[in-house]
Amino acid sequence: MSGFLSLDLALAACITALLAALTPILRTSTHVLRSMFCLLLVATGLLAMLSGLTGLIAGGGAMLLPLGLPWLPMHVRMDALSAFFLLTIGSLLFPVAIYSQGYLRGESQLTVLAIFMPLFVLGMLGIVISDDAFTFMLFWELMSISSYFLVAFKHENQENRKAAFIYLLMAHMAGLLILGSFAVLYAACGSFEFSVMREAFVSPVWASAAFLLAGFGFGTKAGVVPLHGWLPEAHPVAPSNVSALMSGVMLKVAIFGFIRVVWDLMGAGDFQWWWGALVLAAGSCSAVTGVLLALQQHDLKRLLAYHSIENIGIILIALGLAMLLAHYGHPMLAALGLIAALYHTINHALFKGLLFMGAGAVLHSTGMRGMESMGGLIHRMPWTAALFLVACMSISALPPFNGFVSEWLIFQTALMAPQLGGALLTAIVPFSAAMLALAGALAAACFVKVFGVVFLGHARSKEASDAHEVNDWMKVGMAIPAVFCLLLGILPVLFIPLMDGVPQMMLQVSLADSVHAHGWLWLTPVDVSHSSYSASVALLGMLMLGGVAFWLLHPKGTNVRRSVAWSCGNPHTHARMQYNATSFSQPLRRIFAGIYRAEEHVRIERNRHKLLTDHVSYVVHVGDMAVKYIYQPVDRFILFIAKFIQHEHERGLHAYLAYTLLTIIFLLAVYI
Amino acid sequence: MRSALVQFFQAGMLLLLAPLLAGFVATCRARLQNRRGAGVMQPWRNLRKLFSKEVVMASHASWIFRTAPYVVFTATVMAASVVPAMLVDTPLSLIADVIALVALLALSRFFQALAGMDIGTAFGGMGASREMTFAALGEPAMLMSIFVISLSAHSTNLTSMINHTLNSPFALHPSLAFALVAMLLVALAENGRIPIDNPTTHLELTMIHEAMILEYSGRHLALMEWAAMVKLLLFSTLIVDLFMPWGMAVNTDAISLVQAFGLWLLKVAGLMIALALAETGMAKLRLFDVPEYLSGAFVIAFLGLLSFYMLEVGA
Repeated sequence: MSGFLSLDLALAACITALLAALTPILRTSTHVLRSMFCLLLVATGLLAMLSGLTGLIAGGGAMLLPLGLPWLPMHVRMDALSAFFLLTIGSLLFPVAIYSQGYLRGESQLTVLAIFMPLFVLGMLGIVISDDAFTFMLFWELMSISSYFLVAFKHENQENRKAAFIYLLMAHMAGLLILGSFAVLYAACGSFEFSVMREAFVSPVWASAAFLLAGFGFGTKAGVVPLHGWLPEAHPVAPSNVSALMSGVMLKVAIFGFIRVVWDLMGAGDFQWWWGALVLAAGSCSAVTGVLLALQQHDLKRLLAYHSIENIGIILIALGLAMLLAHYGHPMLAALGLIAALYHTINHALFKGLLFMGAGAVLHSTGMRGMESMGGLIHRMPWTAALFLVACMSISALPPFNGFVSEWLIFQTALMAPQLGGALLTAIVPFSAAMLALAGALAAACFVKVFGVVFLGHARSKEASDAHEVNDWMKVGMAIPAVFCLLLGILPVLFIPLMDGVPQMMLQVSLADSVHAHGWLWLTPVDVSHSSYSASVALLGMLMLGGVAFWLLHPKGTNVRRSVAWSCGNPHTHARMQYNATSFSQPLRRIFAGIYRAEEHVRIERNRHKLLTDHVSYVVHVGDMAVKYIYQPVDRFILFIAKFIQHEHERGLHAYLAYTLLTIIFLLAVYI
Repeated sequence: MRSALVQFFQAGMLLLLAPLLAGFVATCRARLQNRRGAGVMQPWRNLRKLFSKEVVMASHASWIFRTAPYVVFTATVMAASVVPAMLVDTPLSLIADVIALVALLALSRFFQALAGMDIGTAFGGMGASREMTFAALGEPAMLMSIFVISLSAHSTNLTSMINHTLNSPFALHPSLAFALVAMLLVALAENGRIPIDNPTTHLELTMIHEAMILEYSGRHLALMEWAAMVKLLLFSTLIVDLFMPWGMAVNTDAISLVQAFGLWLLKVAGLMIALALAETGMAKLRLFDVPEYLSGAFVIAFLGLLSFYMLEVGA
């Protein structure tokens, strides 16, 4: 009974999302429209959260919807996996909807957003509760297409149209691949229903084909290197509240799809050793490439988009480890890896959503996305700065925030992995842990750069010095995920048992006992002698220590004297003498020169005399290697083929009749 | 109860001895260079002077600049109190394992770098950029070298790792040798010692740590300096714990505790003498040779991991 409650709540969330999409029909004023659709989205977010929580606590249920094709009604089902992802979607949608109420103030073209943002949410909600391939693909396309319109929102700009087109193209390529993987599973069992697919026997070769199709399909949507080409183009141009949802939850829905198809429908028993190794390699590659490219960006939202690639990589490292461990018969450790992956999934949803909302607040207040002309915003936007700092610390995996907990769990999984298969495979596990450490440390460097350049120092432009704090809606919208980040960081022991249903479903083992064997304070994944971490005690200790130090060192009446900056005895500094985003990452550009292949141009003008320099300019461009070496050649190849056959279009009527005839003969030959 | 007392004593000792240790290294270096040196107590005198001085701060410094010294200090001290120095099984070591310890140090570095960028001088940004870049290369190397020991001890808890080393028969493990070399290289870099950075220089174009804290004064500067000293003692204690824990007290009886305390001081002093020798004998590296040094450390640590898997697991 209680399981149905959870499913009912999820369906109610879908209905409120649908209602929100219908609000433009009322033709009310922009002001009322904004309030209505934001309110309905808030309700959707709350319902999704509640439904996820009840689903995780009380278990799931299944239902047939009286919708869909005549011979194929829509199956919906709630299990631990869908409940967890509903919770993830809800816990970001709820604050984003509140934030949107403030962010969209003064936005004139609200109708497009009011239609497609709720439809986009509806698509994501539908995917996670669908229980047959048809429903899944239907909602998947709804998600992809409605998000296309959101990316193309500011279609006046040429650049945005191009980004949206690339996005649409790659989303559909992904959709095709996913459809292919369902087709393989359908061929094995003859039904679109997931419950039948689960029981079906798939021969190893076909299973591998389905794995590869699903991997590439969902990987494209999740932005795994080198399938990430659309991501850094599409995320920056969408409105910030939409980028928050796209980066925070849409990429997670792709992860959901991957887990659903590979872990659930095919099952952990079917894993082959190279599946896990491939996922692990793709994850390590994405994590390091993503963060390295992020370091060289100076468009704030583009930088955050590259960080999404990094974090998807981290999730895949954990999933890949879990797949390897499951294949080699260590279900407990595999469960730990799976939990780590899921934990990082919800963490990334929260802090990346917060980061995009913060970037949106900065954009809203200064009208700029380029970091090179910001600076000193902490004085003008204290709330935004403080909340953004929380997200920066979370994504840099610093205690006591949540990012550290999931990375810690991944390290534990990697370290506990016993000898697997051959030496090469055994070595790849610690190597991926090293890549994770590198990615984490580089992320910290990157976010020192982001926070330092955007919020600290002097303002580098008039827009930055005229910035103002954002309105209360936006502040509240950012504060909620910040609180969640802290809670998930200090109370992991309360949260992990909630997620325990997922490994129980996939691997038939439970981690709940060992995780909180030592009470709610101590996170002990396996055993207390093995490893333990208590963020709450550490935080308490640090607060006490800091408090004592402050109390001792702050005798009454000694004020701080304010003066000009010392700056080594040269206080006449200028805002342009500060380190900016490009100069901050210059050492890394030099160290990883082989990966970046940056194009640097220094031009020195000496017009008057060869010793008198008039003007020096330095231009550096760091391109994406994948674009240069994969996308552009593929693009050229397709254009070449298209040119080759384009004259076939220009034939007369008889040629078209011949095409039709040939197609009919071909189809008859195949089906009879 | 008794172990909790020992814990407090140990944490207090780490705090109080850290400046002495810094003075000890400086004195050793001075003697090696045929100077008298300012004496072991000099860092303490410096700290006392700074604590009683007025704080002067740039007019546009934000709250980040004011809170950073406290965050840096408490995170470092928290990390230090987790490391067992005399007693193997201390209650606080459960709070954070080695990975969390590295993360606490990363937290302190994060705020130090932010504070460097807060004033908006060229030096601050330069220090922050370099520190974060080199830390990004050093941190994986450090974790890799710790993982070598974690893998053989099946644990990332310092207490369990020390127990494992204490209880296993003495043998020369090639993987441990690799790990030790990598750890020493990283420890030099993390603490800003020669050949990476020179703690005694001021206003040099290659400075890293100094560049970040240039704008600090008074008690804030004292906290930053003290945290750096605690970090040096923390790293040397960590190296002692991981690679030569013999003589640490397993029980809380007075004799073994005193013995362990003495041995700890001796071992740390030995490491410091080695540091002084190395700093006297070596010159500072060019800034862009540092990445090669650190990636060298990483490769050595990774070789340690591989040799552990290849040579020691099967055997």
